[in-house]
Amino acid sequence: MPDTQVLVNDFLNKLKKRKIEGSQATARQTAELLRSVISQQRVPYTNQAGALIDAVKAVGEQLIAANPVELAVGNIVRRVLHIIREEDLSLTTAAIGGLNLSAVSDDENDDDRDGDSTLSAAAVAAAARSTLRPPSLQTLLEDTPVSAAVPQTSSSGGDSEGKTADKSSRSRKLKHDVIEAVNELIQDIVTCHEQIAEQAVEHIHQNEVILTLGSSRTVLEFLFAAKEKKRSFRVFVAEGAPRYQGHLLAKELVARGLQTTLITDSAVFAMISRVNMVIVGAHAVMANGGVIAPVGMNLVALAAQKHAVPFVVLAGSHKLCPLYPHNPEVLLNELRSPSELLDFGEFSDCMDFGSGSGSPLLHVVNPAFDYVPPKLVSLFITDTGGHNPSYMYRLIADYYSADDLVVQRRATAGN
Amino acid sequence: MGAQKKRAAAAAAAARVSEDPDDLARQPLQAILLADSFTTKFRPITLERPKVLLPLVNVPMINYTLAWLEAAGVAEVFVFCCAHSKQVIDYLENSEWFSQPNFTVKTIESHNIISAGDALRLIYEQNVIHGDFVLISGDTVSNMSLTQALQEHKERKKKDNNAVMTMIIKKSKPSPITRQSRLGTDELFMAIDPNTKQLLYYEDKADHSKGTICLDKMLLAENPSISLHNDKQDCYIDICSPEVLSLFTDNFDYQHLRRHFVKGLLLDDIMGYKIFTHEIHSSYAARIDNYRSYDIVSKDIIQRWTYPYVPDVKFCGNRATKLERRGICFTAFNSEIEQSRSAQVGSFTVIGYGTKIGSNSKISDSVIGEGCTIGSNVLIEGSYIWDNVIIEDGCELRHVIVCDGVIMKAGAVLKPGVVLSFKVVIGERFVVPAYSKVSLLQQPTVHDSDEELEYADNSSGTVEFSSIQGTADQSNGEMTSESSEAHKPKLGTGGVGYIWSICEGGQEEEWRHSVAPIPEDKLTELSEAMDDDQELVTQDRTALSTSGELISDSNASEGDDNEDSKDDSVYFEKEVEATFLRAVEENVKVDHVILEVNSLRLSYNMTSADCAGAVFYSMMKLAIKTPHSSAIGLLTLYPSPFSMVASNAYPIYLSGELQQNTANIITTWQKLLKSYLLEIDEEIEIILKFEEMCLESAKEFSPLFARILHILYDKDILQEDAILRWADEKEGADESDKVFVRQSEKFIQWLREASEEED
Repeated sequence: MPDTQVLVNDFLNKLKKRKIEGSQATARQTAELLRSVISQQRVPYTNQAGALIDAVKAVGEQLIAANPVELAVGNIVRRVLHIIREEDLSLTTAAIGGLNLSAVSDDENDDDRDGDSTLSAAAVAAAARSTLRPPSLQTLLEDTPVSAAVPQTSSSGGDSEGKTADKSSRSRKLKHDVIEAVNELIQDIVTCHEQIAEQAVEHIHQNEVILTLGSSRTVLEFLFAAKEKKRSFRVFVAEGAPRYQGHLLAKELVARGLQTTLITDSAVFAMISRVNMVIVGAHAVMANGGVIAPVGMNLVALAAQKHAVPFVVLAGSHKLCPLYPHNPEVLLNELRSPSELLDFGEFSDCMDFGSGSGSPLLHVVNPAFDYVPPKLVSLFITDTGGHNPSYMYRLIADYYSADDLVVQRRATAGN
Repeated sequence: MGAQKKRAAAAAAAARVSEDPDDLARQPLQAILLADSFTTKFRPITLERPKVLLPLVNVPMINYTLAWLEAAGVAEVFVFCCAHSKQVIDYLENSEWFSQPNFTVKTIESHNIISAGDALRLIYEQNVIHGDFVLISGDTVSNMSLTQALQEHKERKKKDNNAVMTMIIKKSKPSPITRQSRLGTDELFMAIDPNTKQLLYYEDKADHSKGTICLDKMLLAENPSISLHNDKQDCYIDICSPEVLSLFTDNFDYQHLRRHFVKGLLLDDIMGYKIFTHEIHSSYAARIDNYRSYDIVSKDIIQRWTYPYVPDVKFCGNRATKLERRGICFTAFNSEIEQSRSAQVGSFTVIGYGTKIGSNSKISDSVIGEGCTIGSNVLIEGSYIWDNVIIEDGCELRHVIVCDGVIMKAGAVLKPGVVLSFKVVIGERFVVPAYSKVSLLQQPTVHDSDEELEYADNSSGTVEFSSIQGTADQSNGEMTSESSEAHKPKLGTGGVGYIWSICEGGQEEEWRHSVAPIPEDKLTELSEAMDDDQELVTQDRTALSTSGELISDSNASEGDDNEDSKDDSVYFEKEVEATFLRAVEENVKVDHVILEVNSLRLSYNMTSADCAGAVFYSMMKLAIKTPHSSAIGLLTLYPSPFSMVASNAYPIYLSGELQQNTANIITTWQKLLKSYLLEIDEEIEIILKFEEMCLESAKEFSPLFARILHILYDKDILQEDAILRWADEKEGADESDKVFVRQSEKFIQWLREASEEED
């Protein structure tokens, strides 16, 4: 346990000091950290899933608080919670199925349980869902009562069984399954670029002109994949002030033999009429289909809409955030240092507060992100395929249980 | 103890090596953090709390420094505590800094240390520094990356063993009007070799009244190129080699890091130690040296120049804060504050946890701490309010610092620049005058006199405090009640605390370092003074001055001033006077003055009679200007038969003094005067000049004319022939012209008789 605490603290520090950049790296490290938390966590005989959920929530709360702007952290915490719940459910249903009778027998003490018949039915349905994965609106709506009752289900299931040997094997099985699933998740995160890039040929056609802004690894791989399939096309790269990561992207593209044109951000509107498709990366995708993306993206999206150019957003599934954006321009934004915009030394005389009214006349704002509303997005390409912005909430229901949407409050209330 | 430390260091080293097998990082980077500034600039606050624990945007300063050191890859920090060491150590122990992985904080405590130099000597004795280290004081805010600077330092060290220190600098333009940087420190001049980045010259106390700085000519001779900067800011972050500590030990008189150590190394060419600079461009670094820099750095933090060390990023146990957009600007808020709907919180404001704000209050550009209660109709502008302050209805605060636990009763007003120390109570409707400092503790009476100040900066400060602190701690309660009785009228009804008197000479400088912006009128005054300077510069390209007088050097004679021939003699006279005054001030040898005046004479094409007249004129001017020291009864010193002749109505002692002064000056400078008195004509010129002066520019001399004439005669400056011829010349003049002839009638008569006797 102390080992994980050290790991957690280390990761917290890095998050707090903004030492980890990029949502993919953050997501991977979060998942790895949570995996070690789970593997170190001692599981009691009863209510294993509850214990694991509590442990993950406790760590997750800290992680999210450390950098609330990096949504990937919260996404992964919620994914892991969801994994625990799903695995537990599938085990429970297996157990129920094996015993042939249900948890109907044990309705002794729990007064807050609504109805056992619905519970077992829902449990079976959920188990079926976890194995077959056909997400439906119905399960989503039913999700809340089911998940709230999950810990109880498992405990009651365990009590009704009353066989210690079976339980211990089950507990080991649960942990094992969860860790397996988390490994899969990590694998998904690592390979999301390839999975997205596989779809490149379907979207990029011969002699097209593609516009992108800033630099995104996903976009880079996507373009390479199309290039490898012998598609010939041209890329316009908007430099992405003030960090100018577009310059790096242009360099990499040229290294792979792609015809590249570098333009300033402000020239996007002038060039957009010659562009066939805009392909960009994202920082996060919200539940309503809105996108949190590097600053300047809204401008590109608006330009694309004006000229009816498809605006395609590439996002790994770890970027899907189950939250709805509220005031995203401010709350989900990060104001970075003004020194990226201008040289402190040159402007130091403009910031002499010693004269005049004492309040600064020059103020430099350097937000890191833009919010692109869903109506401006034509298509999302995730590792599971292309989706319409309005479909996002369905996709999100696949990956998250509604119960975990508010990680923090639950955990504080629990503690 | 030592072994333990070594083991820790070794462990840290091992940890580092495992994660970063880079050659440069093999040695764990150490840092010395001086948790004491060894100055008294933050008094009276620092009498009760050490400077490094003062909150800067609601976080104690030392956290910024430690957070940066940790982020910069420093493995081990030695925090040197001196004044209030217990508070610092207690704070660190309760903070999270002792429990960080890969980052060890150790404290070194000492009470009898009075300067940074002493502190470094002590650390040297403890033998804990093994490699290169970062030297920083606990009031520095930075977000720079050390990697590059460190690498440069190591590479230089490899090539040249004498490169002992790398100083971090940053571009920042000083204000041309106030001659100080935006951080409120004096304008700094640095000469840097543009190729090697070696620091060649460092001067932060340049004399602006002269407008010149002196560079050793060897600097120019030895270096192919030098760039002289006045737009660099010293960040007070130094990367030092271990030699630095031993240098401090060898030179036991080094006290101040810059004033003694840096300048000492620059001047010392025997050992050949070199200091280099590293300029940072995009990152931020600044040291809080005075109240002004406290204000400026706070604003820089709120404007996010120090990212990621900003209020809404939790970098060191500070509470979560949210940004909220107000118009175009951002305001940092804590989630749990109580704010009335009608309260207006403006931009660039940080409000701490649990603070309550009443209705119709306006707050802008301010930092408000935790647990404060602000009443209604309060106006807060550009102020720094620390924790648990109670501000009642209708108060006004503009550009002030208010420490923990202060209570401001209804309607109190703080004028710009006020500093209220801990737990002061300001009475109802009381107006605290601008720039005053109020504390529960009385101002230390053993105040440093001006000459001592140089040392007081380093020494007496801390020693004093601790003694005061001792008494204050035990008698705090009594003092409060006591002071409320004794000082009721001072801070209004119910007020508690003492207003510190501003020490002599400090008053006009107070605005320079205060939290308040420089008042408009000061700026116009200064810029006018500057305009005058510039006019002078255009008038006389060779000399700069602020005193409004033309000062000329000997090289002013280069003939290019010949053009303005319209009033040469007036200019000439002025120049001579200036030269003479300078000579008097600076004790220039008579010979040199003669030389200078001669060159002036050549350049203005004057006769020696003009010179004599001008020199005499300046001497007389000086005599008037010389302060009239009390010298009663001087008449007896110059026993002369004519002493009582002229001074009838004039107060005797005054004229006596003047006469005394004149006599002294003539005695001192008679050689100068004599060198121009080659012929009798020149002597007559002098008398005429004197007469003219007595009539016009220096009427003070008129009653003394005869007596001074006599002195001149006594000193062999004037021969009797000259006086007689002057008297003869005047024989035929107007009655009005003959005033002085008549005044000195008796003297002339005496002269005549004497010469006749001789005959």
